[in-house]
Amino acid sequence: MGLANSLDAYLVLSGALFTIGTFGFLARRNAISMLMSIELMLNAVNLAIVAFGSFIPSLKADGSIIALMVMAVAAAEATVGLAIIIAIYRNRKTPLVDEYDAMRR
Amino acid sequence: MRGWLYLLSAAVAGAIITTPALIVFVLGGGSVDDALFAALATLMLTSALLVVTMRDIIRCGLAMIVAFLALAGIYVVVGAPLVAAAQVIVYIGAISVLILFAIMLTQSKAGPARLVFQTQAASAAVAAIILVVLIALAVSATDWGEASSRVRLATDTLARVLFGDYVLPFEVVSVLLLAAVIGGIFIAKREDEPT
Repeated sequence: MGLANSLDAYLVLSGALFTIGTFGFLARRNAISMLMSIELMLNAVNLAIVAFGSFIPSLKADGSIIALMVMAVAAAEATVGLAIIIAIYRNRKTPLVDEYDAMRR
Repeated sequence: MRGWLYLLSAAVAGAIITTPALIVFVLGGGSVDDALFAALATLMLTSALLVVTMRDIIRCGLAMIVAFLALAGIYVVVGAPLVAAAQVIVYIGAISVLILFAIMLTQSKAGPARLVFQTQAASAAVAAIILVVLIALAVSATDWGEASSRVRLATDTLARVLFGDYVLPFEVVSVLLLAAVIGGIFIAKREDEPT
């Protein structure tokens, strides 16, 4: 069987996680839920990168290092994104994105 | 009475998570790694689904921590222990706490909203299912030129490459993190306080 030794299993798992994140980003109303979905998608991409780095011999250590960089950038993104959400919440008193209609009126 | 309910639901969740592992281990004749992979993958996908579907957003945040933890286990199985450690420290230790604090700061007293999903949720679900089928087909149809088994990376090799070939991106990332910290403080700061 060899699930843990096939690259395809990891890639399909990463694709499934990415898809769950996509659904959450498109479907949820709460801005923080959307941010959590983005974190899930970033984690899925990270899993694909680490799997490639571990299975393709010419990549050696590069996969893990790129995954670590992606983690740092994801931390920066979460910081700024949550700060923006808190700033909007202070003005509009709601975390629901479909009530942010200041530019539509 | 509620204690029994929690115990029962924990037992059901444990059964759901270990069933694929047992199927792989006993019926499929897989190794211990395969069973571990199946159990962690099931745990991760289940908790990720809970993140995007549950009504109470603080529970979504806790389920997200479980998903990150299962993903750290998968990193160990795939042979990248340093990335697993960084996952635990960065995601579970920092980003999850940040998100939980943001949830507490933005939750209204009325409790969770009546409507969790937008109106396009059904079409989003259809698009997501189509996307996962396409990804699975593309992955299985492509020859990646991979080795037949995974390599476990030694951490000292990783450190040598990180501080040798990748030293410039490393420094750039540190500057980016500093800029993100300053920007986050500036954006979230109250505007009416005297500066």
